[in-house]
Amino acid sequence: MKLDSKIPNGPLAEKWTNHKFNVKLVNPANKRKYNIIVVGTGLAGASAAASLAELGYNVQAFCFQDSPRRAHSIAAQGGINAAKNYQNDGDSVFRLFYDTIKGGDYRSREANVYRLAQVSVNIIDQCVAQGVPFAREYGGLLANRSFGGAQVSRTFYARGQTGQQLLLGAYSALSRQVANGKVKLYPRTEMMDVVTIDGKAKGIVTRNLITGAVESHSGDAVLLCTGGYGNVFFLSTNAMGSNVTAAWRAHKKGAYFSNPCYTQIHPTCIPVSGDHQSKLTLMSESLRNDGRVWVPKTVEMAEKLRKKEIAPKDIKDEDRDYYLETKYPSFGNLVPRDVASRNAKYVCDDGRGVNETGEAVFLDFRDAILRDGEDAVRGKYGNLFDMYEKITGENPYKTPMKIYPAVHYTMGGLWVDYNLMTNVSGLYALGEANFSDHGANRLGASALMQGLADGYFVIPYTIGDYLAKHPNEKISVDHPEFKKCEEEVKAKIQNLLSINGSKTVDHFHKKLGKIMWNYCGMARNAAGLTKAKEMIKELKKEFWADVKVLGTGEELNLSLEKAHRVADFLELGELMVVDALHREESCGGHFREEHQTPEGEALRDDEKFAYVAAWEYAGDGKEEILNKEDLVFENVKLTQRSYK
Amino acid sequence: MNLTLKVWRQQNPSDKGGFKEYKLSGISADMSFLEMLDVLNEDLSEKGEDPVHFDHDCREGICGMCSLYINGQPHGPTQTTTCQLHMRSFKDGDTITIEPWRANAFPIVKDLVVDRGSFDRIIQSGGYVSVNTGGVPDANEIPIPKIIADEAFDSATCIGCGACVAACKNASAMLFVSAKVSQLALLPQGKVEKRERAEKMVAQMDEEGFGACTNTGACSAECPKEIDLSNIARMNREYFAASLSTEKS
Amino acid sequence: MSWVSKTLNSTLGKKLLMALTGLFLILFLVVHLAGNLQLIFPDEGKSFNIYAETMATNPLIRVVSILNFGFILLHAVYAVILTRHNKKSRPIGYAVSKASENSTWSSRSMGILGTLIFIFLLVHLRGFWYELKFGEVPMVTYDGVSYKDSFAIVSAAYQNILYVIFYVVSMGVLAFHLSHGFASAFQTLGINHTKYTPFIKKLGLAFAIIVPALFALIPIVMFIQGS
Repeated sequence: MKLDSKIPNGPLAEKWTNHKFNVKLVNPANKRKYNIIVVGTGLAGASAAASLAELGYNVQAFCFQDSPRRAHSIAAQGGINAAKNYQNDGDSVFRLFYDTIKGGDYRSREANVYRLAQVSVNIIDQCVAQGVPFAREYGGLLANRSFGGAQVSRTFYARGQTGQQLLLGAYSALSRQVANGKVKLYPRTEMMDVVTIDGKAKGIVTRNLITGAVESHSGDAVLLCTGGYGNVFFLSTNAMGSNVTAAWRAHKKGAYFSNPCYTQIHPTCIPVSGDHQSKLTLMSESLRNDGRVWVPKTVEMAEKLRKKEIAPKDIKDEDRDYYLETKYPSFGNLVPRDVASRNAKYVCDDGRGVNETGEAVFLDFRDAILRDGEDAVRGKYGNLFDMYEKITGENPYKTPMKIYPAVHYTMGGLWVDYNLMTNVSGLYALGEANFSDHGANRLGASALMQGLADGYFVIPYTIGDYLAKHPNEKISVDHPEFKKCEEEVKAKIQNLLSINGSKTVDHFHKKLGKIMWNYCGMARNAAGLTKAKEMIKELKKEFWADVKVLGTGEELNLSLEKAHRVADFLELGELMVVDALHREESCGGHFREEHQTPEGEALRDDEKFAYVAAWEYAGDGKEEILNKEDLVFENVKLTQRSYK
Repeated sequence: MNLTLKVWRQQNPSDKGGFKEYKLSGISADMSFLEMLDVLNEDLSEKGEDPVHFDHDCREGICGMCSLYINGQPHGPTQTTTCQLHMRSFKDGDTITIEPWRANAFPIVKDLVVDRGSFDRIIQSGGYVSVNTGGVPDANEIPIPKIIADEAFDSATCIGCGACVAACKNASAMLFVSAKVSQLALLPQGKVEKRERAEKMVAQMDEEGFGACTNTGACSAECPKEIDLSNIARMNREYFAASLSTEKS
Repeated sequence: MSWVSKTLNSTLGKKLLMALTGLFLILFLVVHLAGNLQLIFPDEGKSFNIYAETMATNPLIRVVSILNFGFILLHAVYAVILTRHNKKSRPIGYAVSKASENSTWSSRSMGILGTLIFIFLLVHLRGFWYELKFGEVPMVTYDGVSYKDSFAIVSAAYQNILYVIFYVVSMGVLAFHLSHGFASAFQTLGINHTKYTPFIKKLGLAFAIIVPALFALIPIVMFIQGS
């Protein structure tokens, strides 16, 4: 199928304005005739559901958590970018656009990213109007900070809880529409499948997680705002429930899955402490502003550290390797996430990791404390230090923090056009669930911006165009397609429950996670990926033969919920490996060891790979089909990223 | 370390339920409390027993989904969420009693899982600023004194976990409701509707069957986000002022 | 429903009534104590008897005293209503509870403390108020005017050691009730401020100690004087 990204004509800066004028509108009186299904209630989902309901559409919103307010957007710490230029430091829409394109290693669409930068300013206005308590200066105006290596201060923040405050803002707007009767909320309900009729998305089949009831919901359009798939690695900074199921089921119903191999590994997480670990905790990137990253220069010394024969403070400065500062003199400890992560991996692979598992490096505040005093450091990072101490039992004022990279965000996702519609008519993907704006690497404080941009300011315009062109036809949930889909879902549930094997769901999930982390993590190579593909295939077979799912389908059943999710992760994992294998270049979060500069940096191949890989599901057990959307750059020049 | 767990098991809302005892060994002090329960559940699953159901999601102390009344205190002995409670807070040989949140307005779903939909309905009754998307003024149009913005932020950090209700001897939701009423009453954007909001949210809170506040302060003392009691006083003020001043009978 | 009854029927409204009546009763305690301290003036009960006569005959005092009885009843009735409501809010309790970790004993025991105070009040009213109003009271004459010798009734009563102990213990109960109730009333009225609340709390604690202590002092002194 030919992929039409539907990018409007005209100069970059006018595309969105022109497009908004050119799209068809739905008459206000007709809006109430349309039903829109929104799956997921994070920043993208809640903002979309609220905004569409305000316009007059009927919205049904679904989430698997007990309340929309629990969505994992809530855990974002750092902030949200916007090209407000309140600081008079030379920021502009074009600069935000440029930074985002460059940060994404030139693997995203110019038009989408430009639009994102444009609407970023509206997001801040909207959130403030909702009562989001952003940080302020003494004069009463909004405060900004620079974040993630940006050279301007454009990040708005609410202490270290920006995601929480933005999500609660969107949740309050959503709640208001629930009270107005325009949104019907379905908490503790998991989407099991998309129903398409004549090639158009017409509804979904869900499972009520409390009663186990499998139910159908019909609508004129379906929006998937279901987040990313980082949990394919088992250990990640995602919430325990974050999953790919909704996006994956849509993929199997025909929606293309794009760039699945682009995963972001965040450099500053608390290291794994043992096999029992269930998730990884992020420490804000802001710590790298004052902390210095190092490991011992010699393996012997590292071994002594691991055995606790010496303490970090016993190691003299000349025996410490401040590897980021040495290698990247101008950016030092502030290099982008992918670079910082990869270098931590290198020194640990070298045998110089500093904790029992050998997978940790120091983030040391000794010099900052000597320079500014402990109080100043406490003022800036007190809550983070407390959090670190709570989790690890070590006091970071006295001994250096230990950090290690962890899976954090997934840039890949469902392929969408400029209107955020997948290649399936009437099926949309918003926020982290789509692939569109971050290319191969996302910059700090850009995820919140994208989720809210999609929900508040893009979808309300673009969905009207589709609906206006498709006069609404009520489709009953008794339609044979719905019934068929329900039967398939029930059969799958029954199947999982009847295997009655010997291994728990987590057993498989952990195994899959290890494979993904070892072969499709921070650095990848052809041999490893090829091996991983076979291993995942084996694991998938084993899963369907030997998984043990207890209980019944007609009750709250955590292991059944997990089994569904892990089954989908197993399929996705394979596709990620295939994608990583086919992309014979390094870019952003995708680093192929075969493709690096002499200095060990990512080496892109713009000739061959300046495209979006959009994978098409071909059927059970068949290789997925690669479709390409060529990326055209008219406004930026492709350069090698350098942080020396 | 070795532990004895006494866990509340209840198949469904109509089941009578009761405590069940489990022995656990080889628990590391570095585990979080929920990871300790993961170990229990893996054990149970391997033995073919139904795992203990409990709510949790982000496991970094912000989503508010985890709960549990642990040894007589919501979220256990430290003032944090259960997911941030670590086993180093316990000793080898300890017996740990784990109960669900107990409140009329939080009916039990299964085992330790309760339904906190009442909190959502309270927010729906008025916990928002009535603005539509678009058409709002520039974010810097209305300056807000830093001290007010900070105070509003302190109120806004509520994660809606329900520990306040669980801790209160009256199962009162005053701290939760007042945190939202306060946040929005402090900010100029929310001031416009502050009177109606207080009236509506209090009415909904009462309708849900939460208890009345007796100012014991247990809610704030157990709140993982340390929401202050001054929020409750502010809501009282707003509510009485609303009753006296809003122009409807 | 009118706005008044709507407000007063909300949990906040009921608490408002508790706070307002409570504060009134706190004021009453001050007045009552000021009068009663005259019992231990070394004037053979003269000033107390004159004071008691005024209290019984002044029309304004009469109105206030009826109000006072009303408020005591209102305070008690609403306490019962709220307690029942609160019990219903948690039909099944916890097996293990460590409430002492998060709140004071007195704040959690206002109901039982209040009940004890109510019992004390009944005994107290039967012993003095009823006796003085309807019982046979000897008369004394000061400066040619005759007064009921209330002092004689009180001092006779306080010769009974059990009675004295009952009074002193009851004042202890009152102290605990006030130690939470005083500051709590302000909180309920919405008076909470970083500048003033610490003062209110200290004042409440001082009040809760000093006022019941002085009340308790009277029977002790009179018992010692009499024996």
